Amino acid sequence: MTTHTETPPRPQVPKRTEELDEVVIRFAGDSGDGMQLAGMQFTNETAVAGTDLATLPDFPAEIRAPAGTLFGVSGFQVNFSSHDIFTPGDNPDVLVMMNPAALKVNLRDLKPGGIIIADTAEFTENNLKKAGFATSPLEDGSLAKYQVFPVDITQMTLRAVEGLNLNTKVASRCKNFYALGLTSWLFTRPIDPTIRWIEGRFKKTPELVDANIRALKAGYHFGETAEMFAVQYEVKPARLVPGKYRNITGNSATALGFIAAAERAGLPLFLGSYPITPASDVLHEVASYKNFNVYTFQAEDEIAAVGAALGAAYGGAIGICTTSGPGMLLKQEMINLAVMVELPLIIADIQRAGPSTGMPTKTEQADLLMAIYGRASESPVVVLAPATPGECFFMAFEAVRLAAKYMVPVIYMSDGYLANGAEPWKIPKVSELPQIDVQFRTSPEGFQPYLRDPETLARAWVKPGTPGLEHRIGGLAKEDVTGHVSYDPINNEKMVRLRAEKVARVAMDIPRTDVRGDPSGKLLVIGWGSTYGALVEATERVRAQGKSVSHVHLRYLNPLPPDLKEIIRRFERVLVPELNTGQLLKIIRAEYLVDAKGMNKIQGYPFKVGELMQKIQELLEE
Amino acid sequence: MSQAATPMLKLTRKDFMSDQEVRWCPGCGDYAILAQMQKVLPELGIPRDQLVFVSGIGCASRFPYYMNTYGFHTIHGRAPAIATGLKISRPELHVWVVTGDGDGLSIGGNHLIHALRRNVDIKILLFNNRIYGLTKGQYSPTSELGKVTKSTPFGSLDYPINPIEIALGAEATFVARSVDVETKHLQETLRRAHEHKGSAFIEILQNCNVFNDGAWEPITDRATKGDHQLVLEQGKPLVFGKNREKGIRLGKDMNPEIVTLGEGVDTSQLLVHDETNPSMAYILSRLGPQFPTPIGVFRAVKRMTYDEGANAQIESAKKRLGPGDLEAILNRGDTWVVK
Repeated sequence: MTTHTETPPRPQVPKRTEELDEVVIRFAGDSGDGMQLAGMQFTNETAVAGTDLATLPDFPAEIRAPAGTLFGVSGFQVNFSSHDIFTPGDNPDVLVMMNPAALKVNLRDLKPGGIIIADTAEFTENNLKKAGFATSPLEDGSLAKYQVFPVDITQMTLRAVEGLNLNTKVASRCKNFYALGLTSWLFTRPIDPTIRWIEGRFKKTPELVDANIRALKAGYHFGETAEMFAVQYEVKPARLVPGKYRNITGNSATALGFIAAAERAGLPLFLGSYPITPASDVLHEVASYKNFNVYTFQAEDEIAAVGAALGAAYGGAIGICTTSGPGMLLKQEMINLAVMVELPLIIADIQRAGPSTGMPTKTEQADLLMAIYGRASESPVVVLAPATPGECFFMAFEAVRLAAKYMVPVIYMSDGYLANGAEPWKIPKVSELPQIDVQFRTSPEGFQPYLRDPETLARAWVKPGTPGLEHRIGGLAKEDVTGHVSYDPINNEKMVRLRAEKVARVAMDIPRTDVRGDPSGKLLVIGWGSTYGALVEATERVRAQGKSVSHVHLRYLNPLPPDLKEIIRRFERVLVPELNTGQLLKIIRAEYLVDAKGMNKIQGYPFKVGELMQKIQELLEE
Repeated sequence: MSQAATPMLKLTRKDFMSDQEVRWCPGCGDYAILAQMQKVLPELGIPRDQLVFVSGIGCASRFPYYMNTYGFHTIHGRAPAIATGLKISRPELHVWVVTGDGDGLSIGGNHLIHALRRNVDIKILLFNNRIYGLTKGQYSPTSELGKVTKSTPFGSLDYPINPIEIALGAEATFVARSVDVETKHLQETLRRAHEHKGSAFIEILQNCNVFNDGAWEPITDRATKGDHQLVLEQGKPLVFGKNREKGIRLGKDMNPEIVTLGEGVDTSQLLVHDETNPSMAYILSRLGPQFPTPIGVFRAVKRMTYDEGANAQIESAKKRLGPGDLEAILNRGDTWVVK
């Protein structure tokens, strides 16, 4: 699809336009109100308008929780700005609230003086009671410190779609687009990307195309004409690195990264998976690319999913498995086997809050030690973690590259926040992506299953069906070189050490570690995964106060970057903030014998910049 | 070599024997099964490199190490899952799964039923000796109720599972039973499994002479097997007995009954075996203890295989959407240019 962004129609009543540098909007309503959709479409509009952005979808695990309840509230926060931003923002400037429960849940986060747009039709006695309001906050003066815009969104939506012969239930479902239209006007975002999206999405039901576009436009025009809104806000495009951009979520980037890697390796891709939040979208997206020689296999369980992927890898395909923590732990047995038979296998763990079923739709980083250590005996694997939604593409690609090069399982660790969060993504050129050079062994001359490449220690990848190379592999201990079953004690230790050394040599492939801030100083903040944005912003702001704090963000967690030891030595203190109780912290302390401190949050939400700054300042003052 | 237009593949049993010493207990039924496989394969005209044996864990699962083909000894119960991934992405290979009653019906029961219902074109051999041999003699899911073993000194409380019924219930397209010591019958059954397009399930009654000797005695003993084996043949009436004097017909209550031929009964009244009739397979799978044990093919029907379907989807996607264009999908949706 090509882009043509029209300027929104000029308002008939001239209104004042105020320029803002950065705005955080949170849409919230019932889980059936379409707030995720409204948020994503707003994100797309503002992306096309050229701002930088970051998002935080936040929804309950229940598909349609009972209407009007506090636990059924679904929210979507988007931060957009004319400068570089790294987080969805700590506190919203604007709340678009579809019912009293949404207001109740979200009001505590709104900045003083912030804007509230509320659907008055939903502020009924019954709904107020469900949300725990004794009186309507829209009328009792309790919102005096905010700018409140009460709008009968439901009624106006129904009016907008009148004459389309829709029943009230269907018609009122368009109200998310009305709210989106109004918000788009208020922040001068172009609505034509949304119109195009509606046309594509509801292609098969023209009456819904019509209804949703009417609702969207009605909301937009209401902003224009209603006297209630005297000011329109504008956020100018950000000065991003020149290039062609699109908006992308982490899961989408992960899917594309895998497809791209298989293409660059010239091999079919086999994705085995079992549906699990928040990883399923990767399976969905990859499944739509069958014309890329892609097999997707929805298995009977998590074990079969990774088993089939390993079977495909044995056959010479790029074998990938996507999951989240509760599925990850079921796969460890198969990963253990992949370690033993030294086949390439990629496991994507899109982490979520746990333990056990935990909070499926919330984010966390607590699977790290499981990924590195959680298998039987000595079972080293490579562990990688992308830092931003867009980076998911490159790290997914890297996971495939390393697995094939070293004949080793690679665990790729994203999380719920990266998975569903979006950002503008500079689209890479295919020709700039590295080629993944896979050489299958075909010559029987001197062949032995466990002969190793002297540099990488990888054994040869042999496809069944290659004449003269028939051999057996398996989970039983294998004799070095020949691969015969062997219970020899010395051989066993040798093989354990060889497999460990092979993983250690992946360090040769790790780029130099980038230190943000001074290369030496008082405090070094070490992070990994999705905390990147918040850590960048927090360290930059503290640094701007003239203080000595630098930041290193790890993409390679096993093995660790070879230069990390030297970097750590150059700082007086080390802080490791993580969304767990201190897992990377343990590793850093053990590996480098440094008295690093942790900062830990296990609430299912990302760090706020403010709380990080406070901790950093505390440490600097100690 | 070069002068021969198509060199005929002349392999022998020896070609399929690996250089590894077979480590099963002397007298184990697995030897006979291995031997029949190595005898049948040369007749099939498949190059060794096109054959893959995938196994789980247990005595039976050591099988791949002894076959001079490609082989993958995997983990407990998961062989069907691994074989599925291999066969989908490499449909031209001949993939055999070797499993046992513990591996295939206990820890791996789920994978077994799903491989069968998907009709992945893999051949699953389940060696059933009604005992856990490799872990030294605990009862298995096919052990008889009340079985006294190391882990059940007061007798097992588990009602045994019927492998044939599991396979039929999972909608397997080929379901058969054979016996380790019935060499000709076993060879023929392996051949039939190979010829079948789709997942093939063979339960092989196998003796564990160390931990469960005589598990199938009445069926395997020369003196008694005539009365205890019902050899299934397509289109033939169900006749058995030492002197083929007995038959099975459907009684008035719709239940099968044993009749003696010649006493006013002739073979025309007997049930005639039909591998395509699901009711027939069901009746045969559920014959009670007073009946002989059927061996042979219970069911053989055609259905699209999963691997065919998966590969056809890729081909049709390529036709419909064109070959994958990476540049295009990276640039999909709304884009904008920053100058």
